[in-house]
Amino acid sequence: MFDRLQNSRNALGLIFMLPAAVLLLLFLTYPLGLGVWLGFTDAKVGRPGEWIGLENYIYLAGDSVTQLALFNTLFYTTVASVLKFFLGLWLALLLNKNLRFKSFFRAVILLPYIVPTALSAIAFWWIFDAQFSIISWALMKMGLIDQYIDFLGEPWNARFSVIAANVWRGVPFVAITLLAGLQTISPSYYEASAIDGATPWQQFRHVTLPLLTPIIAVVMTFSVLFTFTDFQLIYVITRGGPLNATHLMATLSFQRAISGGALGEGAAISIAMVPFLLGAILFSYFGLQRRAWQQGGADK
Amino acid sequence: MSTESVGMEFLETRRRKLVMVYLPLLVFLFVLLFPFYWMAITSFKPNNELLSREGNPFWVIEPTLAHVKKLLFDTAYPQWMWNTVLVSVVATFFSLVASVLAAYAIERLRFSGAKQTGLAIFLAYLVPPSILFIPLASVVFQLGLFDTRLALILTYPTFLIPFCTWLLMGYFRTIPFELEECALIDGANRWQILVKIVLPLAVPGLISAGIFAFTLSWNEFIYALTFVSSSEYKTLPVGVVTELVEGDVYHWGSLMAGALFGSLPVAFVYSFFVEYYVSGMTGSVKE
Repeated sequence: MFDRLQNSRNALGLIFMLPAAVLLLLFLTYPLGLGVWLGFTDAKVGRPGEWIGLENYIYLAGDSVTQLALFNTLFYTTVASVLKFFLGLWLALLLNKNLRFKSFFRAVILLPYIVPTALSAIAFWWIFDAQFSIISWALMKMGLIDQYIDFLGEPWNARFSVIAANVWRGVPFVAITLLAGLQTISPSYYEASAIDGATPWQQFRHVTLPLLTPIIAVVMTFSVLFTFTDFQLIYVITRGGPLNATHLMATLSFQRAISGGALGEGAAISIAMVPFLLGAILFSYFGLQRRAWQQGGADK
Repeated sequence: MSTESVGMEFLETRRRKLVMVYLPLLVFLFVLLFPFYWMAITSFKPNNELLSREGNPFWVIEPTLAHVKKLLFDTAYPQWMWNTVLVSVVATFFSLVASVLAAYAIERLRFSGAKQTGLAIFLAYLVPPSILFIPLASVVFQLGLFDTRLALILTYPTFLIPFCTWLLMGYFRTIPFELEECALIDGANRWQILVKIVLPLAVPGLISAGIFAFTLSWNEFIYALTFVSSSEYKTLPVGVVTELVEGDVYHWGSLMAGALFGSLPVAFVYSFFVEYYVSGMTGSVKE
């Protein structure tokens, strides 16, 4: 019996999968389903909800704070992702040159990505302080401004301030992963194109970029995914203020569900993010498909 | 533009390289590292220097340990640190064990449905904690785990296992089948093959996955914020954010010291395993 078990791939596979499967089914799949269900109920903290159909979603669609949060999330994601992409690509290209201390640079640049975001967010909160901001101080000394900037007190200032913090945290990830992609490109392509008289820009446009596209697609999908669902930065720096100007879907759902106790409504806000995330994943999927034919594989 | 080949490098003059490469690189470096410098310098500044607009704010004239002392003796900071270490280490260890078994089963046992399971693991990796925390909070509550460290130890694997499994699947794929076949012919069973042949060869992958899982647990915020409410069970990032901010008077010195000392352990671990960390990160998006 024991021998047969050891030789059966299926039985053995099942046993090996068991710890991971139990944990993921109980704490990932089940809550995901529960979240969808909660979105259709009026559950409160400590009180199981009753089915109310689409009422939460109808209410949220007409709720001006939710509308604002959706706008903020889209704005935050778009601006931050575009900036992260261009700055990250630039940094990756710089690091891909023959440099001294290259591995040192690479190691140090990742620091913003590896330290706890909640803690670096506190540093940004201090950097953006209305009275003692170091940025304001420096700009004053340079004579560029004549009074301290209210970074977090004015809606648009606050939006761009949190975007700056997000870009700061995200650029290293984009840069280092794109650098890994750049290093897989064979130098012979550059030699061949140089012999054909290509300018550096043409080399970048017609050699680097096409060969990098698959990895750009994946990296940016991850980046968009994490930016869209961002929570920590906002929670720490502004808590959604001023006047909800920086509330994202994630922080709003926390506020409604955990602070406010309206679990059903909060869950509905979370679930409303899913279509956008699916969009991002599909984008990645097609990016990966492109890789198959680029490597000479068949189109699926 | 980005050429590694030595043959082309001489075309770029030194001066041009200085302006086009090193200058922007230094600007990047300055911006990326400044917040850390600012954290550190603020931690050791006495309050009167912190709250004055005179003098040079980039330097500290009379360094003080008052903020650090306050942190260590007047707050639960050491307890938060301990909680974070405990939760991170235990969650990482269990996730690694579960992931090794799962990745080996998917890649090598190839049970029927292995491919679909692999895909499901990847999809699980894409589920962000910020859409999961509300229903998960209610699950944690139903299980009677609310406000315990166990709640975090059990929920962190939801993002650690998919990540580690995905990474280890890639590593196991690079180990030649022939090695396992030889061992099978010599009469080894699957468990012996995993422990004596595959795992020793996958040590770099295990380190990558372990380091990554450890930093992910250390940095986790939203679950720790939602599932724990008493100060004695809080993790470091949550403790610093929720308990060191008192009313309208911000104690910037101790806040920054809290942020600094909460960042140092991960930075320290990272500095020893940079290569593993980078290969884990790039490996996770490559496949």
